[in-house]
Amino acid sequence: MLLIDCPHCGPRAQSEFAYDRTLDAIVQLAMVPSDAMTTLYTRANPRDWSDELWHHRSGCRTWLVVRRQTVTHAIESVRAC
Amino acid sequence: MGRVSRYSALALLRGALTGQRHWDRAWRDPAPRKSYDVLIIGGGGHGLSTAYYLASVHGITNVAVLEKGWIGGGNTGRNTTIVRSNYRQPALHNFFDFALGLWEGMSDELNFNVMFSPRGAMFLGHSDSDMTALAQRGDALRCDGIDAELLTRAQVAALVPLLDMSPSARFPVHGGLTQRRGGTARHDAVAWGYARAADTLGVDIIQNCEITGFTTTGGRVTGVETTRGPIGAGRVGICVAGNSGPVAALAGIELPIEAQTLQAFVTEPVKPMIDTVIMSQSLHCYISQSDKGGIVLGGDPDQFPSYAQRGLPPRLEKTAAEAIALVPALSRLRMVRCWSGTTDMSFDGSPIISALPVDGLYLNGGWCYGGFKATPGSGYAYATLLATGEPHALARPFGLDRFASGATIDEAGVGPMPQLR
Repeated sequence: MLLIDCPHCGPRAQSEFAYDRTLDAIVQLAMVPSDAMTTLYTRANPRDWSDELWHHRSGCRTWLVVRRQTVTHAIESVRAC
Repeated sequence: MGRVSRYSALALLRGALTGQRHWDRAWRDPAPRKSYDVLIIGGGGHGLSTAYYLASVHGITNVAVLEKGWIGGGNTGRNTTIVRSNYRQPALHNFFDFALGLWEGMSDELNFNVMFSPRGAMFLGHSDSDMTALAQRGDALRCDGIDAELLTRAQVAALVPLLDMSPSARFPVHGGLTQRRGGTARHDAVAWGYARAADTLGVDIIQNCEITGFTTTGGRVTGVETTRGPIGAGRVGICVAGNSGPVAALAGIELPIEAQTLQAFVTEPVKPMIDTVIMSQSLHCYISQSDKGGIVLGGDPDQFPSYAQRGLPPRLEKTAAEAIALVPALSRLRMVRCWSGTTDMSFDGSPIISALPVDGLYLNGGWCYGGFKATPGSGYAYATLLATGEPHALARPFGLDRFASGATIDEAGVGPMPQLR
């Protein structure tokens, strides 16, 4: 299981958190529809380091940016969004 | 005595006199040629069946299947072996039922026993609303001529006597929906059977050969770079579900796919105790008994991106808890193995069998957690696309353009959020 170091709560089990999407998949309100569609519906899907948006759903409910390796599951950094 | 490659009782008897040393190897181990008419990247069940149907249906035999490891070593060997076609959406159930038809004749066609066992695949309903959904699904299936049978609580109890039907059951069973033609198959044998049949027709199966790049000329793919040197090709088909993202990235393409881990596990073997496939889509718990006797259990994916091919304990715990609540006798069994595959989670839950924006390059992927059951249909449809450039009629809804046009086929109705699926 991942151990995610929430900046507010400290190290907590991954089961308290929910993955939402990669950072590059956040649709900005100013986007034209074609860009919004591309942002929402295509992913780099890296087999490597990835910046992800997680939610401390069963904790402090902070949205977090987690930099994580998708093969080893190593976590480099966690910061509040 | 000459070498024998066709499997039969007579050949087995002949071999009894000579210690069974007369058998030919099941497929060759050729070095890659300079170029092929069609290159298939990925030697799983889908890639190998594609090669087989290219050769057997379309007469295209100058074909190679490139596999980075050994054939069938990826998701083909990492599933729960369930075969069925009872989806709600017509595009899905018609396609998967075409595949189910091919399963029924597969062992004969390939001269290889894939141990397809149509023991029935039954969804459980745990509430009135579950039963309404199952009845709707059954009606949708029967409208397209696919077998579906709505079962009462008493019928389910008779079919699986070990289910907890007591008044205090954690997950009350209101009834079920079964597809009697569904069942299980031996997953390794499917890869081996297609490999042997394709090889016999002249297809080169090249293992330990990983793609490192694509070569293109004027916007058209002309071949691939591999760890065993460059190989030219007229057409290239990507068929690497689980790794579609990284392979497509070599061609500069981003896909509506995210990789996740899906795990399964098996108990020690016991005498026959469950003779049908039990599935609960409210719980996402899948239970069947292998021919060897082990109880095979599967659940949800780990709901975040991963290529680790190893799952996390909370998912195993949840699946085991659900399975034991449904069939309390399972609590007495020990788990002996667990394994994980990397699923290609597409953004509507349906597969992608499609041309890509690079000429001559095609994709078969996005199978989410349900690719094994599609193996023969996927290969058949992909062979049609690779041979003719036109999609097979039943695979036409599964083009990459559906995400832009809005014609997605979303059985769960959750959109581009695979972790919610």
